[in-house]
Amino acid sequence: MTNAAPNSLVTGVLGGNRRAAGRAISRIEAGGSQAEQLAREIFPHTGTAYVVGVTGPPGAGKSSLVDDLAQAMRDGGNRVGIIAVDPNSPFSGGAVLGDRIRMTRHVLDEGVFIRSMGARGHLGGLAEATRNAVAVLDAMGMDIVLVETVGVGQSELEVAETADSTLVVIPPGLGDSVQALKAGIMEIADIFVVNKADHPQAERTMLDIRDLVHMDRVKRPWTPPIVKTVATEDVGVADLWIRIQQHRQYLERSGLLEQKRRRRFEREIVDIAERRVRERLLLPAAESDTFRGMLDRVVRREVSPYEAAETLMPVAAGRNR
Amino acid sequence: MLKESQIEDGYDEWKSSLGMERNSDFTTLSGKPVETLYTPLDIASEDYARDIGFPGQYPYTRGIYPNMYRGRLWTMRQFAGFGTARDTNRRFHYLLDRGMTGLSVAFDNPTLMGVDSDDARSLGEVGRTGVAIDSLADMEVLFEGIPLDRVSTSMTINAPAAILLAMYVAVGEKQGVPAEKLTGTLQNDILKEYIAQKEWIYPPKAGVKLVVDTIEYTSKHLPKYNPVSVSGYHIREAGSTAVQELAFTIADGMTYVEESMARGLPVDSFAPRLSFFWNSHIDFFEEIGKFRAARRIWARLMRERYDAENPRSWLMRFHTQTAGVSLTAQQPENNIVRTALEALAAVLGGTQSLHTNSMDEVLALPTEKAVEIALRTQQILAFETGVVNTVDPLGGSYFVEAMTNRMETGAREYFDRIEELGGVLAGIDAGFFQREIADAAFDFQEELEDHRKVMVGVNEFVDESPIDIPILKIDPEVEREQVRRLRDLKAQRDNACVAAKLEALRDAAARDENVMEYLLEAVRAYATIGEMSEAMKPVLGVYREPAFV
Amino acid sequence: MTENPPTASAPIRILMAKAGLDGHDRGVKVVARALRDAGMEVIYTGLHQTPEQVVRAAVDEDVDAIGLSLLSGAHMILFPRVLDLLREEDASDIVLFGGGTIPDDDVATLKQMGVAEVFTPGASLDSIVTWVRENAGGRAVGTITAPSGDQS
Repeated sequence: MTNAAPNSLVTGVLGGNRRAAGRAISRIEAGGSQAEQLAREIFPHTGTAYVVGVTGPPGAGKSSLVDDLAQAMRDGGNRVGIIAVDPNSPFSGGAVLGDRIRMTRHVLDEGVFIRSMGARGHLGGLAEATRNAVAVLDAMGMDIVLVETVGVGQSELEVAETADSTLVVIPPGLGDSVQALKAGIMEIADIFVVNKADHPQAERTMLDIRDLVHMDRVKRPWTPPIVKTVATEDVGVADLWIRIQQHRQYLERSGLLEQKRRRRFEREIVDIAERRVRERLLLPAAESDTFRGMLDRVVRREVSPYEAAETLMPVAAGRNR
Repeated sequence: MLKESQIEDGYDEWKSSLGMERNSDFTTLSGKPVETLYTPLDIASEDYARDIGFPGQYPYTRGIYPNMYRGRLWTMRQFAGFGTARDTNRRFHYLLDRGMTGLSVAFDNPTLMGVDSDDARSLGEVGRTGVAIDSLADMEVLFEGIPLDRVSTSMTINAPAAILLAMYVAVGEKQGVPAEKLTGTLQNDILKEYIAQKEWIYPPKAGVKLVVDTIEYTSKHLPKYNPVSVSGYHIREAGSTAVQELAFTIADGMTYVEESMARGLPVDSFAPRLSFFWNSHIDFFEEIGKFRAARRIWARLMRERYDAENPRSWLMRFHTQTAGVSLTAQQPENNIVRTALEALAAVLGGTQSLHTNSMDEVLALPTEKAVEIALRTQQILAFETGVVNTVDPLGGSYFVEAMTNRMETGAREYFDRIEELGGVLAGIDAGFFQREIADAAFDFQEELEDHRKVMVGVNEFVDESPIDIPILKIDPEVEREQVRRLRDLKAQRDNACVAAKLEALRDAAARDENVMEYLLEAVRAYATIGEMSEAMKPVLGVYREPAFV
Repeated sequence: MTENPPTASAPIRILMAKAGLDGHDRGVKVVARALRDAGMEVIYTGLHQTPEQVVRAAVDEDVDAIGLSLLSGAHMILFPRVLDLLREEDASDIVLFGGGTIPDDDVATLKQMGVAEVFTPGASLDSIVTWVRENAGGRAVGTITAPSGDQS
């Protein structure tokens, strides 16, 4: 089935065939025209799944939490897709993807699909490949898709852009450095989760987050709740699931879900366009003799990089000077 | 006696005369650098009385008994167990007839995991790496003809250890041997499972609760029985360095002491019966330093940190097994040599009992001939080499004392780090130990691949000879027979009684009571290991492996 | 106008699995790291997996190969079971290799059954990584056909 035309893969995915879904996601990850073709064909069949992003610094226990959440969601009658993203090594390009170790109990559940993805260092590509993987699971019939990423690089922001509800999971014991958490991470949270809440410092961490949230309250009508969990003991997870559902209801009733998704498509379109411009126009243009000549002049300090960049535009637009 | 300044001058002169060194690795197996020479200068700050002392006296660096092997040799305790209880019983009689002085039981994987032989997960594993025990009926067969008041039994079991202990007591009852007369050891060290051996049922907190239950129960009813063998062996086998083995194991021991004391047990009421289990690996002097440091560290902790007053609480008794991970499948006869040297290190390190590996252990459970050679190895050490003629013969060696000190320093650094994390349970949760071990394992593998470390026959001195050691294969009929026996048992016993006992067990666990009496009741009714383990799961929880690789 | 090219060949994806009740994961974790350092994406199942769980993971993760580590002696039962399940799931193109304390004549039998390779104790990481690279990379090659204009 390696070289099966995208058509039959799509049919398989729509029919809930797991092999087809696994294959489809691989094709998505590989990028290129076959990936785009597949994404195009899948697209009309998406829109049902509700996407929950789970992010936060390493050591927060996200995998256990996702495992527990999936159970709570299953108990509620939902089919659940899980995408666990880990960074690839910038040196070797490889990765060890170990998040599913925590989710063994769901492996044989027909209503759960778990996929591990390496971020593969794509420029903004995390978002595109993940988005399309989510789309595959959506088209396959998943009611909820959980996307878990570890909080390094830009991944949290990218997850927030893909998700309807974003959970930021914080381990206790960070002390004063809750403030030190990357600036963006506090703004993207729809729900805060303090996991390992049986830790002596958990209460302190909660208070620190509450302070930050209060300072921020003026700007947003939805005040992110702070939920305490002990994922290893399945404590607090039912409460968390309720909060997620509350957030969803809030988004739906206020019309914000539509707005969010609209903005998401806008960003997605621009992302794709940017990528294409880069791949098809800018990079080839940078190979041109005109450009190389300009580069030499920059090196000799005859012109500035700004003027050189300008020359990429007309070459890119296909007009010769 | 040379004055220190004279030694320094001599040393400098010697140092300037050094020629080129061979292009070889002069680090220990754990990667610690070793000097060309050790002199009194290296142990100048040693106080003989404080740091080295006399055997049988605090801090026990030289040994825990005043005359050690001149008084009594170590116990030659060879691990055995495979197939059905009947097969193992036969092997026990074979070994006892050939001079072995204590029994050691190995259980199969399903039993180790608290799972019955007819469970779906047991497929292909019943009776393979040890004996299959599903119920008291199997235990009775296992010890048939073996009087429990005259034989000491070590049971290598952890997650369901409390259940096996109850079974052992029940077998004693049937033989008319009261619990107070039973001697032996239970491995029952659940913390190292989360760290290294990975045989678990419940989460760490619940696992420790069960360990404390057995400590409490044996302190009251089995005064001659050792309820816990705090183990470093597996930690080392998982790839740790010698210092990590030392530090993590003692940290585990400290945790059991603290948890038991937290339950209200006076330290002297149980500490004398805690014992340890070390690995003896191939780097000769590193291991000897490790054993001596272990005794000294434990003595100091027990006396200074836990205020134990009974000297028997201070002394660390331990069993040693030669390193399985040092054995090779290539040229297996070489393993006889490795085992002999590792056994010598353990003896020079003052072990109380010793298991020597068989040469074919890399491939499968050992054959009778290989087991015999392993036992003879110990007998030759004991009766021919003369190393037992004096206590701690290497004491005073500048190198060995320096190595002992270095081991203790390294361990204490780890203790500080573990304390910062919040203790062993917090460390396990954070994956600290698992990562340290995985890193050390990976580093060692890289050293092998780069030929910075050598394994004879594997990456150097390789030959193409085929491996032709006869391999003991387990007859698949064993599994079928065991499943049949289990089915018959379930049909013949009083199932209503079993159900009632299981419920009582679960309720006791829910009330956070000591479960030992309830386990005994269930065992006597012929409940199975799987049933008893399952009964407690709703209360104690189920452990999920952390996502560290 | 050129169609956008595929990303530089997608990494080989391997499922490293521990089946059976034994808890020895030192070897499987060391191999996982080595494969990662060689640029592959390695998904680790964790301990105590049943053959059903292993195959389900392999299919959902759409891996190129499964590396099955077995040190309990149950290899003659568990390896064939995995092969059968792969067949049932229409996933026999996923390459199965393994490691553990497996005697030579069992290795030969397993290979006849369809296990592609078995690495016994002492096998170097280099040899394992090389073998995997040469035998498990099937789908990275040939997945994307050369673009030339429209692709519908």
